[in-house]
Amino acid sequence: MSLQASRRRRQTLFRHVVVGVIGLFFALPMVAMLEFTTRAPGGGRSLDTWATLLDVGAVERDYPELMTGLIASAGLAVLTVAIMLLLLVPTMTWVRLRLPGLRRTVEFICLLPLTIPAIVLVVGLAPVYAWVTYFFGESSVWLCFAYVVLVLPYAYRALDAGLSAIDVRTLAEAARSLGASWFTVMWRVILPNIRTAVLLSAFLSVALVLGEFTIASLLNRDNLQVAINLLGKRDASISIAVSFAALLVAFLVLFAMSFVGNGRRARRSKES
Amino acid sequence: MSTLAPVRDAAPTRGVGVRLTDLRRSYGTVRALDGLTLSIEPGELVALLGPSGCGKTTALRLLAGLEDADGGRVEVGGRDITRVPTNKRDMGMVFQAYSLFPHMTARQNVEFGLQLRGAASAKRRARATEMLELVGLETQADRYAHQLSGGQQQRVALARALAIQPQVLLLDEPLSALDAKVRVQLREEIRRIQLEVGTTTLFVTHDQEEALAVADRVGVMRAGNLEQLAPPQELYARPATAFVADFVGLTNRMAATVGSGRAHVLGASVPLLPGSAPSGAAVVLIRPEALAVRADPRGSATVVTASFLGALGRVTVLTDGGETVIAQIDNAAVAGFAPGDRVSVTPRADAALAVSAG
Repeated sequence: MSLQASRRRRQTLFRHVVVGVIGLFFALPMVAMLEFTTRAPGGGRSLDTWATLLDVGAVERDYPELMTGLIASAGLAVLTVAIMLLLLVPTMTWVRLRLPGLRRTVEFICLLPLTIPAIVLVVGLAPVYAWVTYFFGESSVWLCFAYVVLVLPYAYRALDAGLSAIDVRTLAEAARSLGASWFTVMWRVILPNIRTAVLLSAFLSVALVLGEFTIASLLNRDNLQVAINLLGKRDASISIAVSFAALLVAFLVLFAMSFVGNGRRARRSKES
Repeated sequence: MSTLAPVRDAAPTRGVGVRLTDLRRSYGTVRALDGLTLSIEPGELVALLGPSGCGKTTALRLLAGLEDADGGRVEVGGRDITRVPTNKRDMGMVFQAYSLFPHMTARQNVEFGLQLRGAASAKRRARATEMLELVGLETQADRYAHQLSGGQQQRVALARALAIQPQVLLLDEPLSALDAKVRVQLREEIRRIQLEVGTTTLFVTHDQEEALAVADRVGVMRAGNLEQLAPPQELYARPATAFVADFVGLTNRMAATVGSGRAHVLGASVPLLPGSAPSGAAVVLIRPEALAVRADPRGSATVVTASFLGALGRVTVLTDGGETVIAQIDNAAVAGFAPGDRVSVTPRADAALAVSAG
């Protein structure tokens, strides 16, 4: 009995050590960033950088490229998520319902961007974007087309897990037999049952878009990371503060993701 | 504005006639349906029975509109609906897999079809309550699918299918995921409800007992076509083909000579069923309960096993001709037989099917 208890204690200790080491691995750079952004010019500590960052008027006046980048990234996140969901959810559902033989092909296509480095992707995208610029203009929001490709692997995985958890075919056929149109099947039967997966894919996409630099930079477009990079050459403190804030947002998004999943599981188990 | 058939008042419907004519459907090189023709009378429950891959589910799915036919016609109530999409066919369906919408309660599931038809909230609620009462689940109305047992889920699915007062009710092996006891209970309930509501029903199953127990007529399918469509008693007692005789119930296959409409087997003469081989050497198909076994030291068979099966008994004998024959006997008589006993076996069938020995 005491042997078991000591073994359990050792396991608990080991778990805590592992979590602690991983926590340190992530926390140290962030602490260093926070430390850097609170340095005062003559030594000591100051929150001036953060005060500037929280003052929207000052940011607009002194760091217009940051504002442009932030707005561009926000727009890109919304557009990318919207296009990704409109493209993937109906396609993946339809493939499961009517073209199951194509499932592996669709999966392969969706996972392909994982294997292509962003820098290589840009080489292919550059001539395409010459046409995009010709038809739609130079706005950075049109990067959303490239970003949709970029988020495909992550969004596909999340949605695939959601669709695998339900019997899409039977649910769709049941709804159809009761008189539902295909739109009703999607909107009232499939989507509510893959809500968590849709949210996860959206969160992952937002996190990815907010952190993207290579494509935007090489295609000479603005986004948050490009702005941070530019700022870094002028005002390192603000640049690091914005990076820290972006990281924090990404962490919060990931935390929200796990909360959404856990919350739903907990509710389910409580109900049953 | 809903384009679906409006929900009729809750008076029982007597159903409509269904006619499938020369239905054909292939999957690649496999012919799932090979010119199936089937008529179902208004209010009738027809069960399609057959082994896996015989085309019974395909027939049901073509009737539901879930698959497109390669050829042939589907008529319901005299109207050709071959090209009508599923959601406009006005059919209720219960699936083999649990099909309740997981994010809705039992009541919301039942109300779903009514909502699509634009029924008012009060009417929907009343109808859902009525349907849940019909399947005995009015107290479970606010439960989600994962809070219901398999049997309860299928009951709610049945209530949901019937709530829209469909012209035709389609049951695609709705009991096969349930355990044996619940299965028997639910199949009787399905029959009770079907008789009460009067909806024309097509029931697909691979379980012969289920088909024989609930159906007005049973259609035995093989290789994409109907072998025989008949009331359960007739199907059992007068099988049209060797396949039907083999598939439905236990059958002994015994060598015989046939001629003049009779088969000579085990020293007796038995009238032949229509469709039998006309003359010469043949194999006669006789049910175990159509054989009498009696202890006889000068008999032409030897007992191999005698088994007590609860409500009845079974004796397996080996004839001097080398054939193994199973006979069903009274359970009390089992004790009178022991392996090695000499017995005589006599057919007592009114009629039997004989197939060519070749």
